Amino acid sequence: MGILEVKGVNKRFGGLQALGDVNLSVAENTVHAIIGPNGAGKSTLLNCLVGKLIPDTGSVSFDGKSVLGRTPFEINQMGISRVFQTPEIFGDLTVFENMVIPAFARRDGSFRMHAFESVSNEKDICIKAEQMLVDVNMQDKIHMHAAALSRGDKRRLEMAMCLLQEPRLLLLDEPTAGMARADTNNTIDLLKEIKDSRDITICIIEHDMHVVFSLADRITVLAQGSPLVEDEPHNIRGNPKVREAYLGEAA
Amino acid sequence: MLGLDKKDTTLLLVVIALAMFAPFLLNPFPSGSAMAQFNAGYPDLMQRFVIFGIFAIGFNILFGLTGYLSFGHAAFLGVGSYSAVWMFKLLSMNVVPAILLAMVIAGLFSVLIGFVSLRRSGIYFSILTLAFAQMSFNLAYSVLTPITNGETGLQLTLDDPRVLGQSATDQGGIPVTNFFGIEMRATHTLDVGAWSFDFNAGYYLCAIIMIFAFYISLRIFRSPFGLMLRAVKSNQQRLNYTGLNPKPYTLAAFIISGMYAGLAGGLMASMDPLAGAERMQWTASGEVVLMTILGGAGTLIGPVLGAGFIKYFENIFSKINDNVLHQWFAFLPDGMEDTLVFLVHPFVGKGWHLTLGILFMLVVTFLPGGLVEGGQRLSRLLRRGRKDEDAGPDPEHHPKETPHVAE
Repeated sequence: MGILEVKGVNKRFGGLQALGDVNLSVAENTVHAIIGPNGAGKSTLLNCLVGKLIPDTGSVSFDGKSVLGRTPFEINQMGISRVFQTPEIFGDLTVFENMVIPAFARRDGSFRMHAFESVSNEKDICIKAEQMLVDVNMQDKIHMHAAALSRGDKRRLEMAMCLLQEPRLLLLDEPTAGMARADTNNTIDLLKEIKDSRDITICIIEHDMHVVFSLADRITVLAQGSPLVEDEPHNIRGNPKVREAYLGEAA
Repeated sequence: MLGLDKKDTTLLLVVIALAMFAPFLLNPFPSGSAMAQFNAGYPDLMQRFVIFGIFAIGFNILFGLTGYLSFGHAAFLGVGSYSAVWMFKLLSMNVVPAILLAMVIAGLFSVLIGFVSLRRSGIYFSILTLAFAQMSFNLAYSVLTPITNGETGLQLTLDDPRVLGQSATDQGGIPVTNFFGIEMRATHTLDVGAWSFDFNAGYYLCAIIMIFAFYISLRIFRSPFGLMLRAVKSNQQRLNYTGLNPKPYTLAAFIISGMYAGLAGGLMASMDPLAGAERMQWTASGEVVLMTILGGAGTLIGPVLGAGFIKYFENIFSKINDNVLHQWFAFLPDGMEDTLVFLVHPFVGKGWHLTLGILFMLVVTFLPGGLVEGGQRLSRLLRRGRKDEDAGPDPEHHPKETPHVAE
């Protein structure tokens, strides 16, 4: 029984079957990669996990509890954080303010006029936020407006914001898309360190095979909305079905 | 001071000084001189400056922080006015209970409207609030006549109960509004040489409340709650995926700004105890949007400046008629005088809307941050000018800034 269980999920957009009978089980404290060609339904699957979309049929459960019908903020409170394909950050706020909001968002979701009241020690949280910025190598940009950051920095900021929440499951949607090789390697190192240093399950969508094979413990290949194979990385590499789905080669 | 940092304290002190010395600042020209019609320091207008300042400060908490553009805020102003007048009719002529009731009723009303309208965002939210406000206006005008007195507007009469006060004065007149005995209309006129300055009790009550309202908004802007509201404006999606529900925060902002509007409405009725439905009309809602944008949405002092600016135009420019223009240009030969009067005529008097419209367009196009941005640019220019003097001319290290306005 994995921490995340997806069973028989279907999702249809008009005439397009975006997801067809998807089953997925992500084991706790592992890195699970989902790969597949464009339009394979990877992002749709992710949207079904965080409450942005509701599947037509099937079930999605996290830690034994169903996430279907819950709003995105409720699902986040269960312990799922998501990094988006295009960075979703608070552009009008400074980098530090961006970090402060997730740091103070305690997981019970109730409204507080004094938003930070739930936090026992504000100073500790600020130190933690600063430490996280050091970890992602952004400490010198702490007072910059988030909208003025480069694309790679925005991505790193978003990842730092998600990590600061100490999620149990971190969903990454192409975290290295559009990054230079050096930045990609930094991201890999950061993710490796995270997975070794804390109890966290990571589910990653990625096109860059270098990233996938350096991180993943298990890989699911999606093609045309359905899982093609699920196996360990070294078995995926030579799988003829995967090569066919990706490259259109005859098996 | 009072939990503010140095910059904010300075800002607060500036606002206090402006409000307290307004009777002097707004009457710079000797009475009786030709320029006296640009004097704005008479009680009625000064009261309107600060009351609309409060209205705009409240509106800015919603629009400036969360980005939700309400097009129906005048409804709360109207509700506040009606509540206050009812308090004068039923309880007493003291303004304190009237103002408190105005805020409470406007707050309750905004819970209702906010709860429904905030289910949508962007243009749909604006349309919903507009619909609610127009609904309120039409109800006040027709169906709710027993409460609002319809077209005539709600007024005080001699047979109102006023359980804690008196129905009529000993002279048989309707009593006047007061603050624990201080009459709101009491005015002390100070004559200094050719100048004359009016000090009005009602104005000072409004000004003190406005300073308090400004201080509260300052604290909201700097608080964690304010940070949440700015996060709502910046990216609701991220807030949702950070485990925070943006709805209660926006609703709280909506209610706070509704209560500010109610306070303004209550004060309006306290200065002049009558309330009419036209206070709720969409033009009144649009006016506060103009004030906030003109002054600088999302800035602290912008809405106050915008409110003052528009009210000044409405009351001063609209009074310049052809006779006044002929007086001004009398020194010119007849033909030229008539031509000039003909040219200026559409922009003054009844045409003041045209001048305001042009100014509004210029501000929005060239100073998107409103009057506040204009002030910032000016001070930056001045500061740079001073620095240049210190450093001496050094064209290489002081490249000319690209002009923001085509010259």
